[in-house]
Parts: sequence; C-alpha cells; structure tokens
Amino acid sequence: MSLNTEQFILNIGPSHPSTHGVFRMKATMDGEVIVELEPVFGYLHRGIEKLAEQRTYTGIIPLTDRLDYLSAMSNNLAHCIAVEKLAGIQVPERAEYLRVILAELQRIASHLIAAGALLNDCGAFMTPILYMLREREKILDLFEMVSGQRLTYSYIRPGGLAQDVPAEFLPALQKVVTDLPHFFDEYDQLLKENEILLARSKGVGILTREMAINTSASGPVLRASGIKWDIRKADPYSIYDRFQFEVPTGKAGDCYDRYWVRMLEMRQSLRIVEQAIQQMPAAGDIQTKVPALIRPPVGEIYSRTEVPKGELGFYIVSDNSIAPYRYHIRGPSLLNLTALRDMIVGWKIADAILIFGSIDICMGEVDR
Amino acid sequence: MTEFTWLHWLLFTVIILAFVIIMVMVFIYLERRLLARMQARLGPNRTGPFGLLQPVADAVKVLLKEDIIPDEADKLVYWLAPVVAFFPVLLVFAVIPFQNGGLLADLNIGFLFVMAVTSISTIGVFMAGWSSSNKYSLLGAMRNVAALVSYEIPLLLSTVGVIIISGSLSMQQIVAAQDIPFILTQPLGFLLFFIGGCAEINRSPFDLLEADSELVAGHHTEYSGMKFAMFYLVEYAEALALSAIITTVFLSGWRGPLLPPWLWFVLKIVAVFGLMIWTRATFPRVRIDQLMALAWKFLFPLSVINLLITAVEVLLLKDSYSWVLVPINLAIMSILILLWAKLFKLGWGKIEV
Repeated sequence: MSLNTEQFILNIGPSHPSTHGVFRMKATMDGEVIVELEPVFGYLHRGIEKLAEQRTYTGIIPLTDRLDYLSAMSNNLAHCIAVEKLAGIQVPERAEYLRVILAELQRIASHLIAAGALLNDCGAFMTPILYMLREREKILDLFEMVSGQRLTYSYIRPGGLAQDVPAEFLPALQKVVTDLPHFFDEYDQLLKENEILLARSKGVGILTREMAINTSASGPVLRASGIKWDIRKADPYSIYDRFQFEVPTGKAGDCYDRYWVRMLEMRQSLRIVEQAIQQMPAAGDIQTKVPALIRPPVGEIYSRTEVPKGELGFYIVSDNSIAPYRYHIRGPSLLNLTALRDMIVGWKIADAILIFGSIDICMGEVDR
Repeated sequence: MTEFTWLHWLLFTVIILAFVIIMVMVFIYLERRLLARMQARLGPNRTGPFGLLQPVADAVKVLLKEDIIPDEADKLVYWLAPVVAFFPVLLVFAVIPFQNGGLLADLNIGFLFVMAVTSISTIGVFMAGWSSSNKYSLLGAMRNVAALVSYEIPLLLSTVGVIIISGSLSMQQIVAAQDIPFILTQPLGFLLFFIGGCAEINRSPFDLLEADSELVAGHHTEYSGMKFAMFYLVEYAEALALSAIITTVFLSGWRGPLLPPWLWFVLKIVAVFGLMIWTRATFPRVRIDQLMALAWKFLFPLSVINLLITAVEVLLLKDSYSWVLVPINLAIMSILILLWAKLFKLGWGKIEV
C-alpha cells in the first residue's frame, strides 16, 4: 500500500509572531520541509521616498527615524551625512565625536535586539531577550537624556546636533560603558556554548561568500560569510578613521556566525565609544551655522554609512530647491533579504524562522 | 489494598478533581512569578496580595471570551478534542498515592496504567489539530504524534530499573520500597525519565507542538474561550501529573519526616515543577528531528544500559541493595553521559530538494 502525499502552501505571516513585522513567507511545504519559498512584502509601505520629496532636508529627518526604528540614531546620521556632503556643510569637532558615540551606542542597542530576538525565534522563552532589553534600556535612557525621545530621536541635524548634551550625560555614559562588558561576558557565558543553540544554528542557513557578494548583502550578514567589509573601515565617513577597532568576521556564514559576529561587534562598538570619550573636546560648538532652509547646489550624491543592519545609503538629487528632487533609500534590510529563499529552501519550518531571524530585518526599512 | 467501595470512589473523585484544579492554579501562579523572577521582571502582582488572584482573573477572562468555531472545522471532533485530551490526565491521579494507602485504586499494574493512560492525551491533541482545519494546528499535531513514538519507549524503559528494585508495578509498593529515594539509587533513570517526561508533556525545551515562534500556538491555534481554557488546563495538569509521577516513583512519594505525608507529597511536586520552570526559562527549543534523534540515539541506549546495570546489581546484591550503591550509580551515570555526549551527534537537518 502506498499513501498519497501532496505538498501544501503555508502562509507564514503577514501576521505571525516571528516575522518581525508584517512580512509574509509563502512557503511550499513537503511535510515539515520547505521546498519553495516566496517572500512577500509591502504591507508596511508608507511612501517615505515620495514623502521626502515634499519636505525640507531637515524635515526629512523624522522620516528617517521611521525607516529602521530600532536604529533611528544611525539613520539620522546617515541622512545628515548625505545632506552635508551635498551642501558642503562642515561639522564641528565635538559634534562629530558625539555623533560617533551615539551611533555606536545605537549599534549596540540594535544588536542586542537582534541577538535576543534570534534566541526567541530559536524557542527560548523570552529569557535572553529580556536580559538584553534590560541593557538596551540603559542606552535608551542615554538617548532620552539627549533628545527627549526613546525611539524616534531626530537628534542629529545637518551641520551638527539639535542641542548640546546635558551635563549629566557624560557621567551616565561612562557608567554604561564600564558596565556593559560585564553583561556581554554574562551573555557569552549563557549562550556562546549553549548546546541547543549550537545544534539549532550551526550549519543552518548557510550563505556562501559568493552568494553573499552576488546578492549585495551587507553588514553582519555579509561579514558572517567571511568577508571583511565594513564601510567604517573601507570608506570611512565622519571621523571613523581616527579610531582603532577590528571588523569581526565569521567563517561558515551560518546562523550561529551571524549571531556571533553581532556579539563581537558590540564589543568593538564599545571600544570606539571608549576612544571617542577620551578624544572628545570638553567644550565647543555643537552646530555650524546652517540656513533654516538648506538649498544644496544642483547635483546628486550617493552617501553610504554602516548602520547596525548593514549599508544604508541615501541617493539624493538636488535641483537647488528646499526639497530633494529625488530621494532614494538603499536599505540593508531589504537587500539582505534577497538571499532568503536560497538560504531557507531544504530546511524545516523551525529553521526557516531561525534563518529569517538571523538576517535581522526591520520591516520599516524593507517596505519604507 | 484499600477496599473499593462507592463512598471511597466518590470521595477520591472529589479529592482528585479539587486537587488538580487547585494545584493547576497554584502552578500557573508559580510559573508566572518564577519565570518573571528568572527573566528580570516582576510578573503579575496587581490582582490580590502578591498577585495571588491572577489565575482566578485569568479563568474569569477566558470564560467570558467568545467561543469561535472555524467554518471548516469538523465540529464534533473539534468539540471532543479538549475533553479527550483532559480526561487521561485526571485518570493518572487514580493510582497516585497521596499518603499511605490514600489513593483511589491501588492497581497492581499501577505504573503501566499511568504510562498507557498518558499516551491517550496525544489522541486529543491530534483530534484538535486535525479538526480545526488549520495548517499550523495540523503541523503541531503531527509533530506530537511523531514525537510520541520516539520518547515513549525510553520513557518506559528508564523506569524499569525502579520496577526491578521494588519488584512491583503498584505505585503504593513502589513508594514503600523507597527507604532510599530512587533518585539516589537510580540517578540515570531519573534524568532520562525527566527528559522524556518533559517531551511527553511538551514542556520547554521540547514544546514543539505549540512552538509559539514557529506554529503560532500549534494544535490550539483556532481554539478560544472555554475550549482553549481546557487545553491550557491540560498543559498544566499534565505538568502536575508528571511531577506527581516523578515524586511517587523517584522521590519516595509521600514519605518524609515530621510533616504530614500529604504535605510532603505536595512539596515534592512543587519542587519538581520548579525544576521544569527552570528548564523552561533557560533553554531554547530543539527541532523535531533533533528531538527524535535525542530520543533514539541518546535516551534509548542509555535507558537500556541503565536497565542492564540495575538488573546485574539487583542480582548480585539482592539483600544489601542500599547506600553503597548511591555513589557507584552516580559515578556510572556521569561516565555514561559524558561518553554518550562525545559519541552523540545530532547530524544535519538539511534535505536536498
């Protein structure tokens, strides 16, 4: 006797606990195994690129907050660097250092969420992510101190920062910087060699070197595949050429490497923050004189920065008016998703969730 | 053996029902509070003193919820599933001694009865998964059935050692035989039974059938209102049943100094459940093929070896089976587990398509 089996289509999402937003994976399943996968997105499309064409260059900053809302500070920075390059605006020394400090803290905060959410996708019942949120909270407190906001800061402006940091900021920052390594050690102790995590993530969802390059992946996803490419090193922006830090890379390009690269990157970010605190001038201008309505000369620019999730680039065409003529966003989340199908096909549904989580996307940036 | 009269039957039915419901509420409260403490948060602390009324509030809320039945559901099976899943758990308590002689029926095949009855829950789960015509539910239910085949064998084999030593399948006799709790003379058996038991009742890290990050809620995705509450009840009642079985078989049941027997029984149950909460707060989830590999390649051979060693020990030291064996068995357990951990490979999960 032979039993008839047939494949079926399972819609994972758009409303599912582990799709990190309104993402949908249309999976063709053979039992537990995924034989074909079609990512569907666009549920969160807000037309940010078009909206930006009707706003002033400063007015766009709140829109960038809402791209990858887990790393709003980095997005602000990326946008402002693009505008500054286009309009030829210089940034005061002190502001540059503060920007780097904030951007690196944001990287730590974003990676904490990424690693915690990955463990959640792996099935750990909330424990790792809650411990990581505890530390992220301290970083958010710092951001709240400087900008008054906890998620959408709009703190970095073309030509500097919105305002100087309050007096209590630096001592609080120093405390966070001293405390964090201890917590990183704690995570490593709990998770680095966790047998179940290793069994679930080692060798799962391999993204090969070639595939990573061909799909123009960036950020930790690219580096986990063994490619030493970090825009902070390769094409330094702001003042990143003044700091010493390593670019951690993985070997296999599997889920564990993507997790582990993020854990290592947090330590490197902390190194940068420490150096920046030491080098930063104690007082000085925080903002250069910039006209209220910036009118960059006619021209175009593509400016890229290394945000937590990868390469965030802004392509801006200016027609010398107060708003950009064309505003294009190259989001790392969207492009890192390109290889999703090839990584998932052949794995089980449980792995699919884990692989998807290890890419660490933010739907706000995928759909923008 | 206690006399089987109608009065006895009625009394114990009431006791068991009340015990299960109250303990489930205690468990829900304990789990939420302890998990919260382990996860650096507070947990429910607003309803009543220390949040003690939280389970009651939960129950009221769930009772007031609208009862939704999917259009394409197989109505009868959909209705029956929670009941089929719940009743076997109650039946387990029929043979669990609350104190000396204090049990509904002292069956001479008590332990076998427990093992047989607990497997019936799987049918209820499968009915739920099949009838709600939801692919997540079906996947969850299929996982449960597949896993049952794997863990049931090592689960039973790991306790045969206990049965050899006590020379009886009756739960009452097993408790009576524990001058030294079997957790000490049978440490390996306890460990295997605990792991297998966690798989049986779908506790983390083996909570595959309702894997919330993958299958939304597994077999009870479509359930709401009172029927969902039934499944929720089953989940905790199963944990209670497993704690009670472990307490009876490995932790010398109601026996203990000073305190009244039933209190010892309850305390030990809560301690075992605490261990389950701890594992739930600590571990990520394994994959279905990894669970099966674990059951067949790790639990199964070790439980057979454990059975063999116990048989030899009982044969050689029939009369002096005592404290001498505690360190020996602990050493054997450590060596075996270390050895198997070296040999054991979960393997690769990718399938070429």
